[in-house]
Amino acid sequence: MSERVFTSAIWLGAGVVTAFFLWLLGDLVWQGAAHLSVSFLLSDTLDSGRSGGIAAILLSTLLILAVALLAAIPLGLMSAVWLTEYTRRDNAWGDAVRMSLDVLAGVPSIVFGLFGNAFFSVYLGLGFSIVSGGLTLACMILPIFIRTSEAGLSAVSDDWRRNAAALGMSRASVLWHVLLPTAAPAIAAGLMLGVGRATAETAALIFTSGYVDRMPTSLLDSGRALAVHIYDLSMNVTGGDQAAYASALVLIILIVFINTGAWALSERWLARKVTFS
Amino acid sequence: MNNFRVTDRWLAPALGVAAAGSGLILLLVLAFLLREAAPLWGSHAVLGFVLDASWYPLEGQFGMLPMVAASLAAALGALLLAAPLGIISAIFLNFLAPPAVARSYRMMVALLAGIPSVVFGLWGLTVLVPLIARWQPPGASLLAAMMILALMILPTVTLTSASAIAAVPQNLQQGAAALGLTRQGMILRVVLPAARGGITNGILLSGARALGETMAVLMVAGNVVQYPLGLLQPVRVLTANIALEMAYATDAHRAALFASGLLLTLVVMLLAWLAIRANRQVSYV
Repeated sequence: MSERVFTSAIWLGAGVVTAFFLWLLGDLVWQGAAHLSVSFLLSDTLDSGRSGGIAAILLSTLLILAVALLAAIPLGLMSAVWLTEYTRRDNAWGDAVRMSLDVLAGVPSIVFGLFGNAFFSVYLGLGFSIVSGGLTLACMILPIFIRTSEAGLSAVSDDWRRNAAALGMSRASVLWHVLLPTAAPAIAAGLMLGVGRATAETAALIFTSGYVDRMPTSLLDSGRALAVHIYDLSMNVTGGDQAAYASALVLIILIVFINTGAWALSERWLARKVTFS
Repeated sequence: MNNFRVTDRWLAPALGVAAAGSGLILLLVLAFLLREAAPLWGSHAVLGFVLDASWYPLEGQFGMLPMVAASLAAALGALLLAAPLGIISAIFLNFLAPPAVARSYRMMVALLAGIPSVVFGLWGLTVLVPLIARWQPPGASLLAAMMILALMILPTVTLTSASAIAAVPQNLQQGAAALGLTRQGMILRVVLPAARGGITNGILLSGARALGETMAVLMVAGNVVQYPLGLLQPVRVLTANIALEMAYATDAHRAALFASGLLLTLVVMLLAWLAIRANRQVSYV
């Protein structure tokens, strides 16, 4: 194999990947934009989604995310602080928690769906509801949130901790006034990575937050997430493809927005880390 | 200030409890899978997972092997497609692409990584499946599942391979150049062998992701319970089976679904463990 053949093969491979990507993205934008409009975003779902819009579904999605964040932020932040500030780096319990989180991060989403159904919906009696779905997602996004926040907190130079201790600050106030503000961009980035994953999630939500496409009136109502809506439209509703593509475009724009935010925040954090050392 | 002093006293235990709580979620998940599958433990049904001919839940037959085989075939096929393309993409990013091209290629891969699985499924269902059907009906098939999964895991393979290659020490490459190796020789005989730990790690993690993927496969694979004997035949994978039947499953049927979820989790954990081991044995020849 000559050098020229090798080089062409690599360029060809990259070309194939790019072609598939453009094909996929082109279809999504083309077919999605055809059906997308402001009234699609703001009107109720009619006729199982064939006509009407996705207002109730957007609201359900946001409520599910809000519940997930409300549960995951305090628990995750406290865990991350405990892992970095209150245990030694080689502490066996700390390692056990870290390993458990890493394994949890790899558990397939459908298994989270099974767990959420058995635990939140049935065992705790929350039923098919926005709360069940949100709490299930909270379990899913905790690992990535904790591990990113942990990395952010560990990146704060130990000089800051020593200086604060020398000034006689209590540990709680060091945490509140020095460590958390300094690590804030990393924590926010971890959070947004989690939110991005949660927004894309379908399998964990089908049996926890359910299918109902009406406007939710309480957190104990069932609410259909955007991803579940796309699934239902394309698999169970004949003639729902147009609305499915439009919903998919909305979902992707939402996720690109979130991921760009996460990326920008972690860039800012990386830039700030340099000034500490 | 004084408030914070009081806070100090209960802060450490409170944080410890929170961390323990987060650590215990995994055990809670496993415990509930075991608990819900409990009605089957000890009955003949456990043997039936392996011995029953196939999955006939209404007759109490829960043979999982056809679906296990389908899951493995789909994941393996996806890896066979995605691994070469991913490694080629990584070489492209690190050695061949001009900086501006590399930046946009990287952005494209990152964007691909962010696309939700249900959107891949939608595209597969409305574009890829009809295309295959025109050639060989019914279209919804093992092949479609492999291709969609390959697209989904390609970003992971690419990005992990690219960082493994970037981590190969510069002096190895300089040494290879000094010995008069061509760029091709250096990449194939020095860089890739030196980066194999990280590359294997990425491939195993992608395999775990492909095995655990539900929606995309469910939407394109046709979902007929049978052994995967041909690329163009419809198959049903374990994850899709759970998603399809949970809605109406009761008693033993529901328990069997939870048992299949447990099996899936254990296989994925095994793959993750292998991936960590592969990454640990990094030795620069």
